This record gives sequence, C-alpha cells and structure tokens, in this order.
Amino acid sequence: MVDFSLWDIFRNLLMAVRWTVVLSLIAFVGGGLIGLALLIARIAKWPGIEPVVAGYVQLFQGTPLLMQLFFLFFGLSSLGFQVSAWTAAAIGLTLYTSAFLTEIWRGCVNSVSKGQWEASSALALNLREQLRYVIGPQALKVAVPPTVGFLVQVVKGTALASVIGFTELTKTGTTIANATFKPFTVYACVALLYFILCFPISLWARSLERKLHGQR
Amino acid sequence: MINLDFQAVLVEWPLLLKGAAATLALTAASATIGMGLGVACAWARTHGSAWLKFVVGTYVELIRNTPFIVQLFFLFFGLPSIGVKLSPEFASVLAMVVNLGAYACEIVRAGISATPRGQIEAARSLAMSEAQVFTRVVLPPALKRVWPAMVSQIIIVMLGSAVCGQISTQELSYAANLIQSRNFRAFEAFIIATLMYLVLSIAVRRLLNWAGPRFIFGR
Repeated sequence: MVDFSLWDIFRNLLMAVRWTVVLSLIAFVGGGLIGLALLIARIAKWPGIEPVVAGYVQLFQGTPLLMQLFFLFFGLSSLGFQVSAWTAAAIGLTLYTSAFLTEIWRGCVNSVSKGQWEASSALALNLREQLRYVIGPQALKVAVPPTVGFLVQVVKGTALASVIGFTELTKTGTTIANATFKPFTVYACVALLYFILCFPISLWARSLERKLHGQR
Repeated sequence: MINLDFQAVLVEWPLLLKGAAATLALTAASATIGMGLGVACAWARTHGSAWLKFVVGTYVELIRNTPFIVQLFFLFFGLPSIGVKLSPEFASVLAMVVNLGAYACEIVRAGISATPRGQIEAARSLAMSEAQVFTRVVLPPALKRVWPAMVSQIIIVMLGSAVCGQISTQELSYAANLIQSRNFRAFEAFIIATLMYLVLSIAVRRLLNWAGPRFIFGR
C-alpha cells in the first residue's frame, strides 16, 4: 500500500483550493452583477418588479442552498437538460449570492436619508445621475463592510458544490480521506484551509466596519 | 416532451412528512442546546478570565470561518479514526449545536454589550449577586434586543441541516433523494422538498417571533 505523508495530503488539498477560489469569485462577481441589476430595477420602481424581487429573495434565503444545487443538477437533467456539475454549481451559487447581495444593498440604499433624494431631484438630476453622483457614493460606503463579510458566506457555500460532484476543496478532501483512510487528518486540513481563506476576509470586514463607525 | 408527474412524488407523502418532522426535531434540539451554549460562551467572552476569553474566541472564529459540511464530516468521518463513533443523528445534532453555539455567542454578546451601565450598577446596589445580575438584569433584555438576529440564525442552521442527509440522517433532503432514486422524478421531488423547506422556514420564523417574547425573555 502506498503511504501518504501529511505533506502529500496537504499539497493535494492545496491544489484544490484554486477551484474553491475560482467558484467563489464567479459566484461573487456574477451574483454582484445580478444583485445590482435587481437593486436598480427596484429603485427605478419598474412596474410589478417589487413583489417579483421580494419573492426571489424569499425563495433563495428561505430554502437550503443544497436543495437549489440538487434541483439544478439532478432536477434539470431528469428533464433532459444536460447540466454539468460546474455549470450547476456556478449558476446555483450565483443566484444564491445575488439574492443575498441585492437585499444587503437595498438596506444600504435605504440608509441614505430621504433628503438626499429630494435635494438631488430638486437639482433636476435624473435617476442615473442621482445614483451616480449622490446616492451611490453614500450607499457604497455603508455597503462595503457587509459585502466583504458576505464573501465569507460565499466561500463557505462553495463547499456544498462537493455534494453534486464538483471537485473543489471539500470533494478533494473526501476523495483523499477515502484513499488514505485518514479522515481525521484530512478533514482537519480541509477545515484549516477554509479557515486560512476565510479568516483574513472576516478580519478585513471587521476592520472596515470599525472604520465606518469611527467616522461618525 | 417534458412531462411532469408530481403525483408520483406526492404518493410518497409519508416519507416527506417524516423527513420534515425529522428536520424540525433536529432544529428544535440544536436550537435549544445551541442557544444555551451561545449564552454560556457569550458570558465567557464578556465576563470570563483572559484565558477563557481566548479559548472561546478561538472556538467562535474556527466555526464561523469553516463550512458546516466540513464540520459535520469531521465529526462523523474524522472522529471514529480516533475511537469516537457517533450515530448519524447524534453527529448531526452535535454539529448543528456547535455551529449555532458559535454564531449565537456573537449575537448574544452584541446584545449584552448594549446593556446600559446604570442598570448593572443599580442591580448591584440592590445587593444582587453577580449571577443574579447576569441572569435577571443583563440577559433578558439582551436576548430581546437580538431576538430577530437569533431567529434568522436558527433558520440558517435549519436550512443547513439539509447537508445532514449526506451522512444518512433521515431528514427532508434525505427523503427527497430517496424518492427520486426510486421513481427517477428528480425535478418534481426537489421542487416539492424545496417548497417544503420554504414553508418550514416561514413557519419557524413566525413561531419563534411569537414564542420569544412569551417564553424566552418575557413581555
């Protein structure tokens, strides 16, 4: 039998970290764009958009991410659409992220006082200019800390993609644990790697928050 | 071309119902114990010795910065190799308790730190012991302040429990998987299970918002 050293385990897990990172980035960027589009549609008060977005947010926040992934991966392929684990994971996490981000950002836009809206419309700025020059910059300042904080949730969420067979950190951990019969060491290493990814982001979010509240 | 057959899934309703009941049972058990653990940890982080603060702080950060599924796999697959064997159900509850405990700690701590100084001084001047000050003066209003956040966290943990099906705990997602492996109606099975989770999360939120003021922190 081949013997695996701790370094062998760690090195192979380290190689898998990049897929976790790539998936997180896709979900975060894609989710951010969709979230922003939904937010703007909401602010622009498109007719009928409010209940649609509210339902969308409720649907993704009120159901397990795992079920959403199962639905995309197993559910759609049972209807004859061929969906790879990659696609299902990327789409699932992107939609999930967009629902959370649009809700977080809505709170930030609402935190800008009503007088700012009134003053800027009194200056004959249209919606685009209002968002670009008046509301956007103020909302952005409030939005950065919780957005960075949510990035941690996205990174942790990618672990669920392992269940539908996407080979990222957790899935690689399971494979190595099955090959080496050292689940204790392997899962401890997996947890450590997630911690190394997430903890700096958590600290960053916290320091951003402190800076924001220090200014007031 | 696409023909949907929800009937094929719905005839398995006893399985789905049992799964939903198991999900609720897991949630109830872990919410009760997890909140207790959270309060204890919050006390330790605000009133404990420097050493205790460090230990609890490490626990909180470790849990909050790793995925639930890895914590669960570590407990269920990892611990047996050092001689601790857990049943799937016990491992699930334990993982959920440990997970909720860390988040609840931070939530309760935020509530505690918002206690006005004067209330503690007033309680002390009435000759209440430190334990009485904490359990009667500091804790109830702190829980009241953070209850919405606590309810959200309990629901996040309940939704997270879908992962427990992966270690063969027979809860709702397990039931959905079982049904779709029997009749190959994956699309229908997962839609129904997802909707059941949605209903559960709305119902649990209502229930906790109602129960909190009545049973947990008064008024």
